[in-house]
Amino acid sequence: MHIESKKVAPTTIEVSVKLFAGAAELIGQRELTVTLTPDATVDAAFTALAADHPGIAAMRSILRFAINHDFAEPDRVLHDGDELALIPPVSGG
Amino acid sequence: MARLIRVVDSAIDFGEALDAVAAPENGAVVTFRGDTRNHSEGQTVQKLFYEAYEPMATEKINEIVDEVQERWQVRDFAMIHRVGEVPIGEASIFIVAAASHRAEAFAACRYAIDTLKQTVPIWKKEYFEGGEMWVGETPGATRADPH
Repeated sequence: MHIESKKVAPTTIEVSVKLFAGAAELIGQRELTVTLTPDATVDAAFTALAADHPGIAAMRSILRFAINHDFAEPDRVLHDGDELALIPPVSGG
Repeated sequence: MARLIRVVDSAIDFGEALDAVAAPENGAVVTFRGDTRNHSEGQTVQKLFYEAYEPMATEKINEIVDEVQERWQVRDFAMIHRVGEVPIGEASIFIVAAASHRAEAFAACRYAIDTLKQTVPIWKKEYFEGGEMWVGETPGATRADPH
């Protein structure tokens, strides 16, 4: 018997968040998952993260973001399965 | 055209980087080595700790090398960055740019280290007596925990 799959628009998306340096120490984790509404932006993801981990809010002004290893502006829209990284000021070398 | 890019968690093998860029076309080999120094802004540094976001770090370094090879006639290029704990006097980074002539090799080496410090997701933590700090994260804040 063939069951026809019905395409249903997802009501939420899941984004994995990578944390480094002081941001990782502040939250106490290096990786976590946030559940967001479809069309959520990077900014919305950060707001959701800060709701659970208020300490991170103070770092907002110095953070950059990357989606799937590319730097991304805060107004970029996220998709299900994206990897969002919080990038504190880099200091390699 | 050789390119060696590596993020390592133990002492950097300088010979490996130099060997990687060796070619009969190259008349100039310019290196930059960044070492852990024992002081920073008036404080005594005990050691450094580096953390990288892999694979983004390697991808961004590759972008720098793409740019370097496009802008200057740099035939061969190597960059090795160490992560984890780096004791005083040991190297955290080693860059080698090899070209036909020195002007290109100097420019490429300089550009690579300057750009790495802006765009590559690698972080450095300084350990002081009685405190520690991720560089650049807390401007103006107290460095050392008094307890």
